[in-house]
Amino acid sequence: MENKTASIQVLGSGCPTCKKLFEITEKAVNDLSLGIKVEYINDVQKIISMGLMQSPVLAVNGKPALVGFTPDIEKIKKAIQDNL
Amino acid sequence: MDIFYPIKLLSDWLTFSLFTITPKTLLADAINFFIYDTIKILILLTVIIFAVSIIRSFLPPEKIRFILSHKNKYTGNVIASLLGIITPFCSCSAIPLFLGFVQAGVPLGTTFSFLVASPMINEVALVLLLGMFGWKVALIYIFSGLVIAILSGIIIGKMKVENLVEPFVYESTTNAQTDLPNMNWSDRFIYARDYTWDIIKKVWPYIIIGIALGAWIHGYVPTDFLAKYAGVSKWYAVPFAVLIGIPLYSNAAGIIPLVGALTEKGISMGTTMAFMMAVTALSFPEFMILKRVMKTKLILIFSGIVGIGIMFTGYLFNWIL
Repeated sequence: MENKTASIQVLGSGCPTCKKLFEITEKAVNDLSLGIKVEYINDVQKIISMGLMQSPVLAVNGKPALVGFTPDIEKIKKAIQDNL
Repeated sequence: MDIFYPIKLLSDWLTFSLFTITPKTLLADAINFFIYDTIKILILLTVIIFAVSIIRSFLPPEKIRFILSHKNKYTGNVIASLLGIITPFCSCSAIPLFLGFVQAGVPLGTTFSFLVASPMINEVALVLLLGMFGWKVALIYIFSGLVIAILSGIIIGKMKVENLVEPFVYESTTNAQTDLPNMNWSDRFIYARDYTWDIIKKVWPYIIIGIALGAWIHGYVPTDFLAKYAGVSKWYAVPFAVLIGIPLYSNAAGIIPLVGALTEKGISMGTTMAFMMAVTALSFPEFMILKRVMKTKLILIFSGIVGIGIMFTGYLFNWIL
């Protein structure tokens, strides 16, 4: 199942927690069989343009779903589903 | 009653009963001091960092920015400095904070007040000051830090240095108001737990080394050993302390316990205070990172003003304490 319209991004400033959020998010998307490719963006200006100043950020369809911390996989799944 | 009394009992038991070190010897003193301080500081750090993280989950930088974008100049400097206390600061957040503030229209002077207060008055330094010197010194430190942050921001704001910020910073703008995803108590708890664990993981080796050196100095170095080099009467002690404080940022956690012990050996309180402020507020790695968003001249102005403020505070406390 390929979902063309939805997008999931992890934005970071290169910190270790950002990498961790990206890895767990990939796993969460896989578990939910959403068929969406998770994008990892290492660009501070992108985060600022979204109106945020903390990293990491999990954005679903361009909207921040989690900001500034990396919770466990169940919470990440819920954040993705709530925002899709 | 002393709330740390149980820790005292525990460290006495460890030193004299478990390790069977003869009481009243230099070795017993040093080991007892080391165990007591390490346990006390680690407990204080955990409790206070956790509490501050919970508060911070209610006041993320995005909300702080919204508050600051609606304040006039002087109120803005005061509030920015106060909010800087609860904001965590590592040099990695300097750029996002700077860009986020300036691009949302927060004045440069207000942004600098925040950039000065945030690393200088941080919870790790405060816990260590509290543990090593007591609440009076910790309060004096907070208060002087606030005054330096407010005044530095006001002065930089008056200097009209916008042209010393890299032009790309002003090419984008962003809205000061952002809708953040909701956090419930379980999210706040996870956030605070992870943040506390991250910090403890990072600082514990420095703290243990700092306290160990401090314990050794406490036990073995004669009192007043340093007075002839760094006592109140030595005018150059304060600027010297500020200069050697600049490259030491990453070890702030280890330096405070060490300095705590040195103070007992004759370094005056104002000099100690100036040294600790320089360690936390002026850091060489942070300057390097700030170079991406501002010209070297602005970094020099910023560090010069803050440095002078710190030296002034050092002399003031040498004089009155």
